[in-house]
Order: sequence, then C-alpha cells, then structure tokens
Amino acid sequence: MSFELPRIPLGKGIEATLDFLVENLAFATRAFSTVADQGLRFIEATLLAVHPVLMIVIVTALVFAMTRKRGITVFTFLGLGLIWNMGLWVATVSTLSLVVVATLIAITIGIPLGIIAGLSEWVYRIVRPILDFMQTLPAFVYLIPAIPFFGLGRVAAIFATVVFSMPPAIRFTNLGIRQVPKELTECADAFGADRWQKLIKIQLPLAKTTIMGGVNQTVMLALSMVVIAAMIGAGGLGSEVWRAIQRLQSGAGFEAGIGIVILAIILDRLLQQLASKKR
Amino acid sequence: MEKIVIKNVVKIFGDHPKKALDLLLQGEPISEILNKTGNVVGVADVSFTVNEGEIVVVMGLSGSGKSTLVRCINRLFEPTAGEIYVDGQDVCQLGTKELRDFRRQKFGMVFQNFALFPHRSVINNVEFGLEVQGADKAEMRQKAETALEMVGLKGWGDKYPSELSGGMQQRVGLARALALDPDILLMDEAFSALDPLIRRDMQDELINLQQSMQKTIVFISHDLDEALKIGDRLVILKDGAVVQIGTPEEILTKPATEYVRKFVEEVDITKVLTAESVMKKCQDVAYLGSDGPNAALRKMKKNAIASLFVVKKDHSLAGIVFANEVRDLVDKGESDLSIVLHTDIQKVSPDTPASELFPIMQDMSYPVAVVNENDRLLGIIVKGLLFTAIAERGGDT
Ligand SMILES: Nc1ncnc2c1ncn2[C@@H]1O[C@H](COP(=O)(O)OP(=O)(O)OP(=O)(O)O)[C@@H](O)[C@H]1O
Ligand SMILES: [Mg+2]
Repeated sequence: MSFELPRIPLGKGIEATLDFLVENLAFATRAFSTVADQGLRFIEATLLAVHPVLMIVIVTALVFAMTRKRGITVFTFLGLGLIWNMGLWVATVSTLSLVVVATLIAITIGIPLGIIAGLSEWVYRIVRPILDFMQTLPAFVYLIPAIPFFGLGRVAAIFATVVFSMPPAIRFTNLGIRQVPKELTECADAFGADRWQKLIKIQLPLAKTTIMGGVNQTVMLALSMVVIAAMIGAGGLGSEVWRAIQRLQSGAGFEAGIGIVILAIILDRLLQQLASKKR
Repeated sequence: MEKIVIKNVVKIFGDHPKKALDLLLQGEPISEILNKTGNVVGVADVSFTVNEGEIVVVMGLSGSGKSTLVRCINRLFEPTAGEIYVDGQDVCQLGTKELRDFRRQKFGMVFQNFALFPHRSVINNVEFGLEVQGADKAEMRQKAETALEMVGLKGWGDKYPSELSGGMQQRVGLARALALDPDILLMDEAFSALDPLIRRDMQDELINLQQSMQKTIVFISHDLDEALKIGDRLVILKDGAVVQIGTPEEILTKPATEYVRKFVEEVDITKVLTAESVMKKCQDVAYLGSDGPNAALRKMKKNAIASLFVVKKDHSLAGIVFANEVRDLVDKGESDLSIVLHTDIQKVSPDTPASELFPIMQDMSYPVAVVNENDRLLGIIVKGLLFTAIAERGGDT
C-alpha cells in the first residue's frame, strides 16, 4: 500500500507572490534601477577618469590624510600597485563601485530603520525576528528574488547586495540608540527637549561609534556579496574568480582573491579609523 | 503664595500598579505590597506645598523615595495617583507639547548622578537648556559663562566632563540648571560630591540666590546639617511616606517619631539653636529720659535683678544700668539716670548660633541683649538659660 503525502505547494506560492510583486512594484524597481545604475556609472567613471598610477597616488594620499597612519598608507600604495600590476584595476574599480553604491543605499535605508527600531518598542519587535531570519539564510538565496525584479546584471547584483548587507546597519543603529544611558535622555526631557532635539543632540552623537561599527560590517558584507553576485552578472573581481574556477585556472583565481582581500583590508581600516574618531 | 502643591501623590513601579495602589490605600505596609504584587512603592501618598521663594529640603534614608518624588514634580515619572499643581496648573493634565513648554519655562533640574552629556564640552553642557529653548547664540554663551562663574568653574568651558573631578562635574550640573534662571530649581543631592569648603560656598550661594531672586527650591539632601542650614522647611520621608514636615526648629525640638528623633540625634544642636530660640523676654526696661534712678531701682527690685536695660524713646537700646551704681545715684540725690548708663554693651542678632554665644557669654556678668537690625531689644540671654535650653533639646555639648 502506498500513501503519498500531499505536497504543500510552498515553492508555487512564493513564485506566485513574486510574480505579483514584480508586476505591481514596477515603479519601485524602476526607481531603484535608475539610482543604482546612475550611481554605478558615475562612481566608475570618476575612478577611471585618471590614469591608474595617478589614482593610486591620490587614494594613498587620501588614506594618509584620513588615518595619519604610516602602516595602512604604505599598504594602500603597495596593495593597489599590485592590483594594477596584475591587470585587475578595472575589475577592482568595478567591484568597489558596486560596494559603494550598495552600501550607500543600504545605510540610507538601514540607519533610519535602525533609529525607528531603537525608539519604538513595537517596531523593534517586528524588525528583530526578520533580521534574525535574514541572518540565517545563505548568501546565495538573496540572488534568487533579485532576478525576477531586475533580470541578470549589475542592478540585480546591487539589489541582492543591499538586502544582504543591510541588517548590521539596522541592528547596530538600533543598539546604539538603545545604549544611550537612560539618565541622559531623561535629563534632556527634564530640560524640555523634543523628540527631534533629543535624537540629534543626544542620541545620535552618543550612538555614533556603534553605528559606524554597523556601517563597517555592512561594507564588509557588501564586499563579500558583490563577489558572490558575480553569478548573476555583477562583473568585477567576483567574475574574475568565477571565470578562473570554471576554467580551473587556480593562479588567476588566486590573484583575483588577493585583490578582494586588499580592498577589504583598506576599507576596513579606513572605516575603523572613522568610527574611532573622537567627537 | 503657593508655588508647588503636591496632593496625595503615589508612585508605584511595576506591572500591576492598580492592584498595588488598592493595597496601599487599604493601609498595607509597602514591604507587604512588594511581597504580594512584586511592585515597588516609591512614593506613598505624599502631600505638601512649597511656597514661592521657599527652600524645602526633602530628607530621608536611601531608598525612601526622595528622587522619585521630585521626578514626579516635573513628570519625569508619571505619578500613579494624586495631583501636582505648579503655579496653579495641574501638571498631570498637560499634553506632550504643553508639558515640554512647561518644563522649559519653569524648571531647572540638578541630577543626583550629574547626567552630564559626555560628548559635549562643559560650556555646551551648560548651554543645553537654553539651546533647547532656541535661545540666541551670543546670549546663550553669555548666560552659560555667568553660570559657570557662579559655580567657580570659570575658564573650564572647553573641557569635557570626563576631564573633570566628580565635584567639578556636579558643579557643571548645577550651572546647567542655573543658566536657565528658572522659577523652580529641583535639586537632587546637588552638593553631595562637593568637598566641605566648596559645599559651604555653594550653600551660601544658593541661599543668596533664593533671597535675592525669590527662587523656589526643592532640595534633596542626606545631610541634616545642610538641610537645617538651607531649608526653610524640611520634609522627612520614610518608606515613601511623609513622617514630618516642619521648620528646622520644629523638627529638632519636636521630632514627630522615633525615626525623626534618630535622624536628628546626630546633629550638633549648638549650630542650629539660635539666639532667638534661647532668649527670654525682657520683663522690664527703663526708658531713657522718663525713668529716673528711683524708678529704675524700683523696677530692679520688683523683678529681683541686678541690672536693667535702658531703651530710648524710639525703643532702640541705649545701654544698661547696674543696681549698685543706681543706688549710689539715689543716695546722692541725682535725678539723671544717664550718668551711670553703660552704652558699650554686648549685643547679638537673633540668628546668632548658640555655638557663637558660648564664648560671648563666658565672661559676662550681665545678660546679653538680642537686638534686631533697628537696635530694638527683642530679648535677653542669661548664662543659665543657654545651658538649660541646650540640655532640654538633647544636645551633647
Ligand atoms: N525607575 C525605577 N524603577 C523601579 N523602581 C524604582 C525606580 N526608581 C526608583 N525605584 C524604587 O523606588 C524606591 C525609592 O527610590 P528613590 O530613588 O526615590 O530613593 P532615594 O530616596 O532617592 O534614595 P537615594 O538617597 O539612595 O538616592 C526604591 O525602592 C527604588 O528601588
Ligand atoms: Mg535619590
């Protein structure tokens, strides 16, 4: 006797929902496409406007101006030089542009969301389980819904990256706001500060370090996702790795990997420096 | 005029304030309420008023609800029950925006734990209240500088709170409230972290401020000496409830309960008892010009005293005459009393503390005159009287 359990059509349901959303959210996806695409083009064009060597010098000078540290400055110069030397300059610029655009979008949405969650108990109660759930999903999964909305290509990659990298921005901002000592917000209340004054004058400045920690994580997550998103046509260093894997060229894959690590280290140090800046 | 009226205020912390409130109103002790409901009664049915220009000091042991009570006045804590009127306005009825404006207009607050903003410099901390009100930048800076100077921190404006000692931080908190020049100052253990010298200066400063600008001040203190010095009246709390309200004198001389008596025992009574409180009424005086030696002698005999104070027509004190010298005058047939009048006599004002009276009394053979600012004789202090008064009031001197 065979008895077959009826299959719950979960996949079908999700497909139907996605179809519905794709059709009805066209205005939003179009807006997103425009912002992402224009942003990308602009940043890429800027970074490629001058000769790589000149650009490396400019970036190194900027890093020194921001950190005032010798180690990371030297590392930036040598690292970027190596990337250029390996013929990965254009791919790196492309990856960096993706990261920058995705991060900007992620924090523009994530920080305000985090602030709201930090100030409102019930928003927090809704947002928290969603964030927890998102964190357990493997990165690849984020690529799937991006395709029906944006097709293959860089905009879809940015979309997936934004979604994937936003949680830390929300989480840390929320945490930063909640960490502000109660006695200080109470004191602001006692002097008759309104919500906005309290936020701008007390809560945000005191949460700044924590928020910057979240931004740092967002950037790192974005970088890792941009590499994975090469699978749906993100281009850049990720697709160098991807191509090397497919052709079993371990050397080329390794070179592209080094490029990603160099980029990650420079970004991380820069952001840490920004976060720890006093007042 | 009544500035703050607190009526049956209750503040309960916990999840079931209604249930706890019912128990409280049934007269259940607060330890029982905690056992039964898990709710903490911070303030249990407190009523008192603070008049305009008055300093009321709230005292009590740690956990007796002092901080909770002042926080109810500006509604940092929402009272569970009761009413609070400030300038006739029921504070509990104010909407969000009205409450905000009300706080801006009426209150300056000093916090027990200072609550300075670590990311703002000292001057920016002091400016905070004015900044929130949208004050003009230059005016704001000037007021903040003045306030900093008042608390003795001139020139420290550019430092950050973490660079200051505890006592200095507390003074920044003080300056932040003073900069607003508010009607009402709520001061939660505002001087607790100060060293004795600065503390005394600040107390004097506060008394000055209150006298010259008619501030209404609710001051929380652990320190009875401080409370007695600056308080016009004291409110003594125990377990969230009032055990006694009264002037320093009343609290000292007529403690309502054993708790208050214990509280008061510690205090050095000679610092608190004043000339006014130990003096007695002068039974009789001689009037300069109208009373001659004979009349003066008769008055002394009648009261069985060896000396007699002499006052002028306008009742101001002229001096003292002694029985033996007056008798000589009578024997010689003189009729002018002023021949034997001693004018360089010891006078004290009514608020002279008893501790200062001791050295004065030491080598006096006649009573000390207590006079007011117009030199009018209010009363006299004799040596025995001073000791009796102190002994009666339980001093250990
Ligand atoms: N935010 C709060 N949540 C819960 N319970 C509180 C809160 N604030 C105060 N309490 C409780 O209320 C009671 C009175 O506290 P309060 O801080 O008013 O005492 P206090 O007289 O100011 O003491 P201290 O002299 O130590 O400052 C205490 O039992 C305390 O545990
Ligand atoms: Mg307290």
